[in-house]
Amino acid sequence: MNEIIDPRSIDRPNSYIGKSVPRPNAKKLVEGRGQYVDDVVLPRMVHVAFVRSPHAHARIANIDAAAALKLPGVLRVFTGQDLAEHCEPWVAVLAHLKGMKSAPQHPLPPERATWVGEAVAAVVAESRAAAEDAVAKVDIAYEPLPAAVDMETALAPGAAVIHADLGDNLCFERVNESGKVDEAFAAAHRIVEATFHTARHTGLTLEPRSILADYNRASGKLTAYHSTQAPHMMQGVFAKHMGLPEGDVRVICTDVGGSYGIKVHVYPDEVAVAVIARIMGRPVKFIADRLESFATDIHARDHRIKGRMAVDAEGRITAVDVDDLTGIGPYSVYPRTSAVEGNQVVNLIGGPYDFANFRAKTTVVFQNKTPTCQYRAVGHPIATAVTEGLVDLAAEVLGLDPVEIRRRNLMRDGTYPRTSPAGMKFEGLSHEASLAKLLAMIDYPALRAEQARLRANDIHRGIGFASFIELTNPSPFMYGVGGARISAQDGCTVRIDPDGSVVAATGVTEQGQGTEAIIRQIVAEGVGVPIEQVRVITGDTLTTPYGGGTWACRGAGIGGEAALQAGIAVKQAVLKVAGAMLQASSDALDLVNGEIVDKASGQSRMPLVELSRIVYFRGDTLPPDLPRELMQTRHFITKQYPFAFTNGVQACWLEVDVDTGMVKLLKHWCVEDCGRVINPLLVDEQVRGGIVQGIGGALYEHCLYSPEGQLMIGSMADYLVPMAAEMPDIEVGHVETPTKESLLGAKGAGEAGTAGAPAAIMNAINDALKPFNAKVFAQPFTPERILAALGKVPSRWPVASSVALPLRTADASAAPALVTAPKAAAGTVREPGLFGRMFGRSRA
Amino acid sequence: MSTTLDIAMTVNGERIARRVEARQHLIDFLRLDLGLMGSHAGCEHGLCGACTVRVDGRIVRGCLVLAAALDGATVETIEGVSDTGEIRDLQNAFIARNACQCGYCTPGMLLTAADLLASKAEPTREEIREHLSGNYCRCTGYHAIVDAVEAVARQRNGKAQP
Ligand code: FES
Ligand code: FES
Repeated sequence: MNEIIDPRSIDRPNSYIGKSVPRPNAKKLVEGRGQYVDDVVLPRMVHVAFVRSPHAHARIANIDAAAALKLPGVLRVFTGQDLAEHCEPWVAVLAHLKGMKSAPQHPLPPERATWVGEAVAAVVAESRAAAEDAVAKVDIAYEPLPAAVDMETALAPGAAVIHADLGDNLCFERVNESGKVDEAFAAAHRIVEATFHTARHTGLTLEPRSILADYNRASGKLTAYHSTQAPHMMQGVFAKHMGLPEGDVRVICTDVGGSYGIKVHVYPDEVAVAVIARIMGRPVKFIADRLESFATDIHARDHRIKGRMAVDAEGRITAVDVDDLTGIGPYSVYPRTSAVEGNQVVNLIGGPYDFANFRAKTTVVFQNKTPTCQYRAVGHPIATAVTEGLVDLAAEVLGLDPVEIRRRNLMRDGTYPRTSPAGMKFEGLSHEASLAKLLAMIDYPALRAEQARLRANDIHRGIGFASFIELTNPSPFMYGVGGARISAQDGCTVRIDPDGSVVAATGVTEQGQGTEAIIRQIVAEGVGVPIEQVRVITGDTLTTPYGGGTWACRGAGIGGEAALQAGIAVKQAVLKVAGAMLQASSDALDLVNGEIVDKASGQSRMPLVELSRIVYFRGDTLPPDLPRELMQTRHFITKQYPFAFTNGVQACWLEVDVDTGMVKLLKHWCVEDCGRVINPLLVDEQVRGGIVQGIGGALYEHCLYSPEGQLMIGSMADYLVPMAAEMPDIEVGHVETPTKESLLGAKGAGEAGTAGAPAAIMNAINDALKPFNAKVFAQPFTPERILAALGKVPSRWPVASSVALPLRTADASAAPALVTAPKAAAGTVREPGLFGRMFGRSRA
Repeated sequence: MSTTLDIAMTVNGERIARRVEARQHLIDFLRLDLGLMGSHAGCEHGLCGACTVRVDGRIVRGCLVLAAALDGATVETIEGVSDTGEIRDLQNAFIARNACQCGYCTPGMLLTAADLLASKAEPTREEIREHLSGNYCRCTGYHAIVDAVEAVARQRNGKAQP
């Protein structure tokens, strides 16, 4: 089979794999002719607006909807009690995350609101505007309860316990340990340590969460147009919790306006919409507005990590020890759970490096804030910032160049397969080749010379590096083994129609990454037809093979391999028929560019369209027992490795204005190895887009809360995001180490950018600030935090005594004590105040 | 609460007349009343630029303009400029350069880019970034968009691509 198509050989016929082919579905998008959920309009459609909790924690004593129901156009008001009768609650735990716990969650909470913004009642009206008018008239009597807001005190004695049945606010705890950590630290030449913070931030998809659910009482079927990454998973969720047979639920995702992990979760308000559609027997639409998005889209990356690293006199890492704490909101999010991010952190820390002694602990706690869950590059940016921050600290104390310490410690190319101290299995990585390629791209000596020259003029530029690993192509070990109905396999059905054109239906989905484009390339090459003749169907549970959808960078690696195998199977089926028609051995024939050709001479024997005409309309002329199966389905699942790890390295070049604390990004580079590159144009933009999301988390984005648990952001004027003017040009390079698990050899590419960018920026800022002996470790690196590190402004909040914000408070005079000799008292790196917005950018 | 007004305007070259609620913004009017779904609402706070449309030849944030205030106006949306072919080169460049991923920002981004090129024949990369800096795109990281706009500017000036 491998000789029919070998993506490893160049200049093969109909070769599309590896080429920058534009996306077939882009034309409709640039003309405004896409179809997002809000563009779908159905007869008798009604609209939902939710009444949302103004309290971080409160008992819902009474809901009086009388005034709301009197308004024109208002049809129904539903409470949590109303919906609870029609929907089984869910508990988001995974069996393989030992000891994990969470509380049952309903579409709307029947008794208690547990975060600001949680939907507590639903108003259904003829228009969204009418529903919103009525929301203001729903009178809810709340009895405020003590809230657990700060993750640092969530487990303290006397903390308000959010779910009494759980006993405390602990969701999950895990220690990942190997080697002899304490001995290694005791024997260390030097130890460096710091406390890192990654800020709670969110995905901010430009298309908000959207669902249009329609229940047809006559057919008993629920159809949901849903802006989601995982239609089959949602089909199962709706069916299970609404008591419907899975076959009676159809989930359709039309165009999706960005997802990045935000749209792969079960949102209670979206389930409420489906339940309401069933109760009312008509189409019900809910499109979140921006404020609702900030308060209810999952947040992510709210971590505090204490990390230390031991090195020997030769600059080799001997041990890493980290303690991670993360607050996830009042519920673990269904069905992926909110413990996975912390779990990834303890799996990924130290990932690129060759060392023996490792300990990482994560503590995952409940709190009364918006639930957090998996967002693009889950855990990676956190683990990378901690690892790379410690590596740079070690370089500094050893007097080594940051590149040199990486050279001494990166896992050597050619030493794979191997297992990391954290227990991750690597099939094949290319850290050294990637670093070498990066250095060739950046002209490192020139940058250092420029840095030195400008310092004389009081201009402070820095360069920062970050090596990273990225987990892609997840097997059932990610979710399935824990009991979640999340498919790790995916399928593709490829068929040839009478006009010789090809249709491919795939279980992976499109949210703008270019899934349809790569499936088209792969199928065109697999079958042997011009790419223009291939149409791709995605995102419909009724018409595509069952699959997991697109998340964790599995579209190309899993969905792509299924498409390749299905395409090859169709080609073989065609050649079988062709052999009979042409009285030739099918082995001697090939299908190239839509023509059946002699394999040896390349001479054309018959157009494919003629073969398909005969098969469909004159089957009587073929031998009676000849199979003529011009439609084939293949599935793929990885088997040897739990995950296909990729790797890469980033560099960031920036300037810090030491008077204003502003960071100006000058240039960013990334070399990444995602195995076989199917479409360089798409991969590069995945990397660039990912890097800019990482930059957002590093410099701007923060879901701020008051000590009482009030969300302090309400618009994109409060929650800053990367905009064009502040972003640098980004250069992308590739090293290709294909996975041998598949013929295609592709691994994922969507998260590498986000994984490494914050660490590279942090290291670059600290490099720029070197002459001032100032350092920052708390993201986002706002002007205020940088000025506080420079000792130029006091922190805006008093020192530690504040119960609400003890972590982020420190006096600026507490100079970072970064380096300790073995056994000396550990210094603590403190980070200054929270609100960095006084210097925030303004926008026209 | 619902005060209505009668308005007439020209939308994508067609004359239309409707009765609208005084509080309805232009994007809701285009989408809900006229079925023009190409203009998107990303924030309704005037901050993301997804709702950018043209009113009397100038780009505006459709979420900040009330339809009722536009009696007699000429409105052009992405559907209109696509049909006339006015920005075909920009659209082609966005496709060729993969400057459009999920596409949700794209109609607004294209109209803003067209606005820049109408006033400035050969903007620098910095000027392109500056002009587009009110249009949020979460997918692309902007680099490809800047490339596409730069390429069209060069092309319109008869210059070879770099
Ligand atoms: S929707 Fe108008 S600027 Fe965002
Ligand atoms: S292409 Fe998705 S937001 Fe710009």
